[in-house]
Amino acid sequence: MDVYLDPALSSRRTAAGPASELAAFPPREQGFVLHWGAVIARDNAELAYQFTAFAPRGLRLMDPDAMESWLLYAMDLYDKKGQVPAIRAFQDVEGFAANRQERLAGIVLEDISGVLERFVCGLNGRALRIAVGERCHTDTETIFLPGVVGRLPEKEANFRLYKAMTVHQWAQGWYGTWRGNVLLDAVAREELSASAVDLFHALETVRLDACIERDFPGLHRDMQALRLALDTQLQAYAPDWQDIVRPLRDPAARVRDSLALWADLSGHRAPPCCYRGELLPEAVRARMQIRAALDRDSFRIALARLVEEQDKQAPGEDRPDAETLPETAARLGTRAKEDPDSPEGLTYELFLDGKPVAPPEDVVSTMESIIQDLGEIPPEYLVAAGPGLYRRGLGSEGKDADSAWAGTYHEEGAFAYDEWDFSRQHHRKGWCILREHEVKPAGLAFYHATLRKHGGLIKSLRRTFEVLRGEDRILKRQPYGEDVDIDALVEAYADARVGLEMGERLFTRRQQDDRNIAVMLMVDMSGSTKGWINQAEREALILLSAALETLGDRFAVYGFSGWTRKRCEVFPVKRFGEPYDDLAKGRICGIEPRDYTRMGAPIRHLTGLLRAQDARIKLLITLSDGKPDDYDPAYRGEYGIEDTRQALFEARLDGVHPFCITIDETGPEYLPHMYGAANYVLVADVARLPAKVSEIYRRLTS
Amino acid sequence: MQQHELRVLKPEEYFIEVEPYYEPVADEVTVFEAAYANGLPILLKGPTGCGKTRFMEYMAWRLKRPLITVSCHDDLTSSDLVGRFLVKGGETIWVDGPLARAVRAGGICYLDEVVEARKDTTVVIHPLADDRRVLPIEKLGELLEAPTEFCLAMSYNPGYQSVLKDLKQSTRQRFVALEFSYPAAALEQTIVERESGIDPALARQLVKFAHMTRNLKGQGLDEGASTRLLVHAAKLIHSGVAPVVACRSAIAQALTDDADMLSAVNELSASLF
Repeated sequence: MDVYLDPALSSRRTAAGPASELAAFPPREQGFVLHWGAVIARDNAELAYQFTAFAPRGLRLMDPDAMESWLLYAMDLYDKKGQVPAIRAFQDVEGFAANRQERLAGIVLEDISGVLERFVCGLNGRALRIAVGERCHTDTETIFLPGVVGRLPEKEANFRLYKAMTVHQWAQGWYGTWRGNVLLDAVAREELSASAVDLFHALETVRLDACIERDFPGLHRDMQALRLALDTQLQAYAPDWQDIVRPLRDPAARVRDSLALWADLSGHRAPPCCYRGELLPEAVRARMQIRAALDRDSFRIALARLVEEQDKQAPGEDRPDAETLPETAARLGTRAKEDPDSPEGLTYELFLDGKPVAPPEDVVSTMESIIQDLGEIPPEYLVAAGPGLYRRGLGSEGKDADSAWAGTYHEEGAFAYDEWDFSRQHHRKGWCILREHEVKPAGLAFYHATLRKHGGLIKSLRRTFEVLRGEDRILKRQPYGEDVDIDALVEAYADARVGLEMGERLFTRRQQDDRNIAVMLMVDMSGSTKGWINQAEREALILLSAALETLGDRFAVYGFSGWTRKRCEVFPVKRFGEPYDDLAKGRICGIEPRDYTRMGAPIRHLTGLLRAQDARIKLLITLSDGKPDDYDPAYRGEYGIEDTRQALFEARLDGVHPFCITIDETGPEYLPHMYGAANYVLVADVARLPAKVSEIYRRLTS
Repeated sequence: MQQHELRVLKPEEYFIEVEPYYEPVADEVTVFEAAYANGLPILLKGPTGCGKTRFMEYMAWRLKRPLITVSCHDDLTSSDLVGRFLVKGGETIWVDGPLARAVRAGGICYLDEVVEARKDTTVVIHPLADDRRVLPIEKLGELLEAPTEFCLAMSYNPGYQSVLKDLKQSTRQRFVALEFSYPAAALEQTIVERESGIDPALARQLVKFAHMTRNLKGQGLDEGASTRLLVHAAKLIHSGVAPVVACRSAIAQALTDDADMLSAVNELSASLF
């Protein structure tokens, strides 16, 4: 040891200590330490000393494989961060050994959140998001889970633990823990300590587990197996616990019953549960308040729409500021219908003037959300929204957007576009002012980084697209060609025998598929795309442009954004006719999130550009992250959606096929109305956007 | 001179003897019969696996007419539908295509997945699909008039739209359209039970599973599980395959290739059994 540790030794520090510790180990372990010590010493003698000093402790805790990963981990730190962190890593050999299990068998939430989100979406009810949280809980719209779980020795088992946590949080929403404000009211009335909430949670868990047992036997099995493995102190709890909680296992038990039982049991200790997390009533209260208002308003607006369809005129036009129209309340009604699949066993039918009406899909999901939160559609919800509520949009104060720009904006050199006002059913002529703005090309660093990151994907995409392009189609029944079409010849011969004219189209010809397609890519550059989404959009564009270059299809890329009707902006990244060169690539890299998404005018402008192209098939593909929106609150909501829809309709009349690729999970509620049932696609995971966009394009054009 | 028998398929001679199992979802049977009585052609719209072909078989049995099915594809020519001359042993013989056969025999001609065929082929059916109800066969110089028993039907799936393959207005506006979709839960459960012979509890869980996959439509799945897939899984279960394994092979793997989605769908099926 003295040999390789020499630079690190001094009068105060000798190799005697480590050597005597190591002597206690068999020769193989000694050889291991000495060998690696020498190797490390070539880089840094101090680190070699630390390694040698702590290795014996490590040998007692870990096997040789783990030892190797320990020292590699420390050397990695040395390479990346320097000597001090590496020394600390060597000294913390115990910590490393403890975490090793977690590292080996642990699961990171990021890796499986996609699967869990789809799983929860399939289970039913509101589509919940999954996010990392300090405390495991739900606020009824998002499920918060720990970032890493490694309590069990196998990956599969840790995944099941994550799944159990997710299911429990989901069950709170579906089986009514928070429904009807029963629990929230109880919390508000009493002064609750943490352990009191915990006890209630334990009781409610019994009720939820019983519901899960009835509906999802497979899940229940998994969850109970986890409790057996992890909640080892369960046995220590009062043996009569099972008897006490028996009434909660009844199918008719509701959260009320859990509350009543909890009142009787106060002071009891709550048994632990590995998957139940915590109850945070304040988080739920805040979220539900916001949602209740939103749901109620959008439901009322939908009712107004239904009344309008029935009456063939907009209701309450004489009262432009009215928020609700009380006279409609008498005409609207609901009736409860049994439905074993829904949370309370009931769905609601809507009646207008005594006749049933079928509400559109987005209204149905609003109604389901209301029922999931409140257990019913409250009678006071049954009133149509007045024009005041319509115009106001949802939850924002009106601002006079026009005055912000009056007098300060030159309207020369800009394009004026109409806008569709659906409530008046006519165009507002020249309502929007649109300008084209340059995009400053950024450096090509992002471009190269994307190529590196998606290198494999790009290669396979190119292959797929080359097959599309280089598809040597054999055209049959051609008037001229390299080969004879036997089928055609046989038919022609038979015709000739009968006395008919022999056909002329008797040849086959090989042809490079003549793709006569022009594509306009419309990229959402609104402020909401900031961060992840903007990056994914740019990556998607780079991938798609690479594919389009291979295919030889004509394409153009434009970004769009805007700020009120007087300032609609369109950003040419690559025009038709411009080559896909470094300048264009630089502009793609330079795409930045900007303002809002007033979509109508850009669509009209870009359709015009597309119309000028001479191609058999013209596609307008929109990459977006959400609904049409603007600083001007009148554009939000209904008005914006209708204007966009009209613009797309006008595009279709011009022979342009619009298509939308979105990452907005509520997309399926408004996109079918705007684009058509089959002309949009939701890419649920932003990281998948690049790959999906190219796949979708391929599907669209072959 | 040897006369060789021309080997030709004669679908118009096959009548459906046994009642095919079909559960009406809404009033499609009534509408079809009314359209048939009025000599109107019918268009069946709907996703795959929800009973369109089975419905046609049922109606063919009910109306006691032979059912002649044509699976449409990109290479289908008008001669494939109408007929052509063949040379056999020195003689030229005209052979009717399936469409002409159906017209002559007064059967039901069913064009499956009609959007796959080229537009210049589908226009052949236009004279049959409006009130003329004739099939011109130029090569024979014959104008074939359809008897009252003849019926033209076609199907397509509006969910898979490519900009290049679409149903023209001039074609689709000639037809009475019936929309097919997945049956309600109780009905679907009955269908699965009847088709496979598994017990009601298992059938109910399978239908629940199908609903879960349909919740995922648009979130990454193109289509949820169709009734046909459920019947497949049920038949496997009835033969002794474990339910979760049956769902995995018959349903999950058939629906998607995406790893995350497959995991999620498999987790959903594991949660129910």
